Amino acid sequence: MREGVSPQILFSPRVLRSLLPALSLVALLAAIFYLQPRAMSYFGLNLLLNLAVPIALATIAQMFVITVNDLDLSIGAYVGFTACVAATWLNQQPLLGIAVLLAGIAVYAAMGALIHLRNLPSIVVTLGMSFVWQGLSVLLLPTPGGRAPGWLLGLMGLKTPFLPFAIFASVGLGLIVHLGLMRSAYGVVLRGAGGNARSVARAGWSVLKVKMIMFALAGFFGALAGLALVGLTTSADANIALRYTLLSVAGVILGGGEFVGGRVSPIGAVIGAITLTLAASFLSFLRLNPDWQIGAQGAILILVLALRLLVTRAERAS
Amino acid sequence: MPTIAMPVGVTRLVRKPWLWSFVATVAVWLAMEIFTGGQGAGEVVTAALSFATFSVLVGLGQMFVVTLGPGNVDLSIPATMALAGTIAMKYMDTQDPRIAAGVVIALAVGAAVGAFNYGLIRALRIPPIIATLSSAFLFQSAAIWYNRGLRIKPPPAFADFSFAEFHGLPYFTLGAILLSVLLHIALNRTVYGRSVIAIGQNPRAARFAGVSVERTRFATYVMCATLAGLCGCLFSAFSGGAALNMGADYLLASIAVVVIGGTSVAGGFANVPGIWGASLFLFLIVAMLNTYGFGAGIRMLLTGIIIIAVIAAAGGQKAQR
Repeated sequence: MREGVSPQILFSPRVLRSLLPALSLVALLAAIFYLQPRAMSYFGLNLLLNLAVPIALATIAQMFVITVNDLDLSIGAYVGFTACVAATWLNQQPLLGIAVLLAGIAVYAAMGALIHLRNLPSIVVTLGMSFVWQGLSVLLLPTPGGRAPGWLLGLMGLKTPFLPFAIFASVGLGLIVHLGLMRSAYGVVLRGAGGNARSVARAGWSVLKVKMIMFALAGFFGALAGLALVGLTTSADANIALRYTLLSVAGVILGGGEFVGGRVSPIGAVIGAITLTLAASFLSFLRLNPDWQIGAQGAILILVLALRLLVTRAERAS
Repeated sequence: MPTIAMPVGVTRLVRKPWLWSFVATVAVWLAMEIFTGGQGAGEVVTAALSFATFSVLVGLGQMFVVTLGPGNVDLSIPATMALAGTIAMKYMDTQDPRIAAGVVIALAVGAAVGAFNYGLIRALRIPPIIATLSSAFLFQSAAIWYNRGLRIKPPPAFADFSFAEFHGLPYFTLGAILLSVLLHIALNRTVYGRSVIAIGQNPRAARFAGVSVERTRFATYVMCATLAGLCGCLFSAFSGGAALNMGADYLLASIAVVVIGGTSVAGGFANVPGIWGASLFLFLIVAMLNTYGFGAGIRMLLTGIIIIAVIAAAGGQKAQR
């Protein structure tokens, strides 16, 4: 890795690569403002970015799992479960609600331990867990309903000065996770377990502990996503967040995360999540047939991956 | 060293990775028959064979893909099933003479999906999980747009045929058994099958040994999607029409039968009989929970727990390399 302070470095493929997620977001925002100038206001942004907070939290949760080379296909069902808990127990018996949410995080840690100890494929274990979470949600809320606790409604409906709450929350989330995972000493170990688990183990760190911590963090941020979601929708149902599984994976990848090797970016993941949230609004402004909404998200994902390949090629060539 | 001398045949049988899926299947079946007092035992077996046929079709394709090595998995199976089933049923338009052409169309849709998936993996150099995940979005959308949220009915003769039996064995099941035998031979006796296994064990060594890695991967992704297309078409006939969500259960099923059946998730080791054992097992679990009269929530909860428990018990692989 050559390090040099020259004007070219600003336009080098490496910098371009890390800027790609942000550039995609700016391009998308520009297109939205062009199509719908009224979106360029406090109220308009609030409407556009409303749902970005729970998606960003779920994406961060998925990012922790992807960091250690696993994939969580149960995150959507889990976010739905925590939303159901928040709309029922957390509202009526707060202590029980908190205990159940903590138990959910413990289950995530146990899942990480199981995947590591038995060397199981995370896709199968998490797919199985998605049934467990959804079954629990159906038991808890057989029909849509429940009510979010007042403090949660108040928090999510916060009117912040200058810019909507969603923007402050997203920036804060990205920075906090960035500091913890990318700038702390233990964060390096956590990411190292994704890069080369064997050398991390040889250096005396417990890979089991790393996996459990990363899965527990995924459970923690997944639970926050459920709380944020129910704070916006005021009630919950078992299927409320099933699409978050795919959205969260797409968000991590859009944000510059690599699927293997522990190369992730928390800020990028948050940007990726916001991009996906905006993409949905953008497509409706385009009056695109709603049938193609999911497909368009897939197309955006493929497009960004193709762009990234081009940048990577340029990076190698330079 | 074992103190009891077992016949050579028995020790070889016990070492077969697929044996446990059959043992588990018989155990679940017995548990169910004890509960119902043995009533309708034959019907349960026929139903199990009919339903297992569909998980076997997608499971076989997924098995070949998984055997290619870590990271290889096809997540687009449910979308492919929905798309191929919808297009085939729309073409057939409930007219009996169009059945054969419709099945061919379903196969062609599947093959095209597989080629697209492989193209993404190769052109964008992305892990197959991400490639098939992104393409699944596209195919699901295409199915939604083409299907319009309806259940498109199959031709009457096709629907009747899906329930027709030959001495207690549904024709679909017979076909799937035949296909399994062919794929078993393909896996163990042909250059293609040995190439898949070689790539799964060590892609670099396989390349140096002269295996055409990319051609083999292309063939495998196309085969997996083609089988998913066929499954979508046959399942549409069996379940009374093509619906958008009909593939939903088959994502977990396709991967779970591979793992429970004793195929290595790290790649490089596969076996066909285990797919059957695991498919029957999965169906019987659901049937057993139904007989016990549990509600939807408990049923999902228990299905998830049982699958994880079985995989944790059976699927633990010794770390390779």
